[in-house]
Amino acid sequence: MADLWEYRWLLFIGTGRTIALGLCGLVLALAIGLATAAARIGGGGLARRLAQGYTTFIRSVPDLCMMLLLFFGGQTLLNHFGVWTGWWDYLEINAFVAGAVTIGIIFGAYMAESFRGAHGSIPRGQFEAAAAVGMTPAQTFRLITLPQLLGYALPSLGVNWMVLLKTTAMVSVLGLQDLVYFATSAGRTTRNPFAFLIAVMVIYLLMTAVSQWVLARLERRYTRGRMIRS
Amino acid sequence: MTLAAPDPVADLWALIAAFSADRSPIDFALILTHWPMFLEGLGNTLLLVLFGLSFGALIALPLAVLRWWRIPVASQLAGAFVYVFRGTPLLVQAYLIYYGLAQFEVVRDSPFWIILREPWWCCAIAFTINSAAYQVEIYRGGLDAVPRGEIEAATAIGMTPGMALRRLILPSALRRCLPMLGNESIFLLHGSAIASMLTVIDILGAGRKLNAEYYLAFEGFLAATVIYMALVWAITRVLARVERRTMRHLHPLTR
Repeated sequence: MADLWEYRWLLFIGTGRTIALGLCGLVLALAIGLATAAARIGGGGLARRLAQGYTTFIRSVPDLCMMLLLFFGGQTLLNHFGVWTGWWDYLEINAFVAGAVTIGIIFGAYMAESFRGAHGSIPRGQFEAAAAVGMTPAQTFRLITLPQLLGYALPSLGVNWMVLLKTTAMVSVLGLQDLVYFATSAGRTTRNPFAFLIAVMVIYLLMTAVSQWVLARLERRYTRGRMIRS
Repeated sequence: MTLAAPDPVADLWALIAAFSADRSPIDFALILTHWPMFLEGLGNTLLLVLFGLSFGALIALPLAVLRWWRIPVASQLAGAFVYVFRGTPLLVQAYLIYYGLAQFEVVRDSPFWIILREPWWCCAIAFTINSAAYQVEIYRGGLDAVPRGEIEAATAIGMTPGMALRRLILPSALRRCLPMLGNESIFLLHGSAIASMLTVIDILGAGRKLNAEYYLAFEGFLAATVIYMALVWAITRVLARVERRTMRHLHPLTR
């Protein structure tokens, strides 16, 4: 306990970094997921095929493996590109940015499936009605699809967020000094890794609990339209 | 004079080696010559996942029944176990078992130390516990889905609760769980990649070792990715077939 108190600021900073990373990853994943789902539902043949390939590829490879491949492979690819075009010699990607981007790319595939499933839950008649009153596809998306999509997708997006949050524990392999990184190094220094790892588990459980509370509230808010008024 | 027999494997190999040497940015020949390492990795990954799944099931089944019967204290304890191990990263759980337990002298002096000092066994234990937590919820869902009428029928013909569970409810529930168990096996396969962070040579571990030995940036990861993809593809195929077989009584007769 005394060890934990001594290193409390390190744990605090690590937690902040992990949360920031998770949230940045979430925003990217939602954006990528929405775009991919749109391509799969309403895109042309090529876009549909590409989106499907992306989701299948990402979802069949472990996230840790994907993270390492995207980070080191992406960096190599970027530098080859820089040399080839002559725009830059050597670029070192910031670990935080790399972590957030790889998490975004990985979970974008899962989010896309959630959005696609949610889109399937919207009654078909509504799209026909929208077309019948003369809405353009863009209008239909903005006014009919999007407001309901969130309500239908939220439970599954919530599950994805919980998995994403736990995946942030792996970014320490990319050299990012996150909660797990600080906890393991403090554990090594104090020769008390057990206490620090238990602390990490408690912090993750707290983050999960808060997420569950927020998600329950959001769900209530976004499914209000479907509730039966008494 | 005899002509040498055509050897397609050697020809293909020469082609790959030449391509790797002068054109490709990725050294395919190097990856292919290290196939025994990747085979070892594949073996370790499969063993660890099978270990975790089967021993996880052994722990999870009784816990799920406790949860389903709502036995006062035991049910809450099982619930807490599920909450803790589903709510924390598998990596941290594995670290806790490998690095965390080793700091206590009691553990180091105990007969379990032969197991707990080996990264492989620590991974196996972590995967078992983690998978057990997920499987409890799967089995409980399956048990909840058993129609009340079936249970009442069992009671009506005089089965004891234990007998009804063994002969009727569990077979019925387990069959319903199969699709979810298939998902869980793929999740655990994905999770098993963290074994490489505890220095175990699993599929990803073989890739990391290759990178480290030859100062490569990502070739090893690429090879690991391809192996994982093939594995997941094969598992989904097998699972679909198993599911069709066990659910046969629910399908309409064709032909």
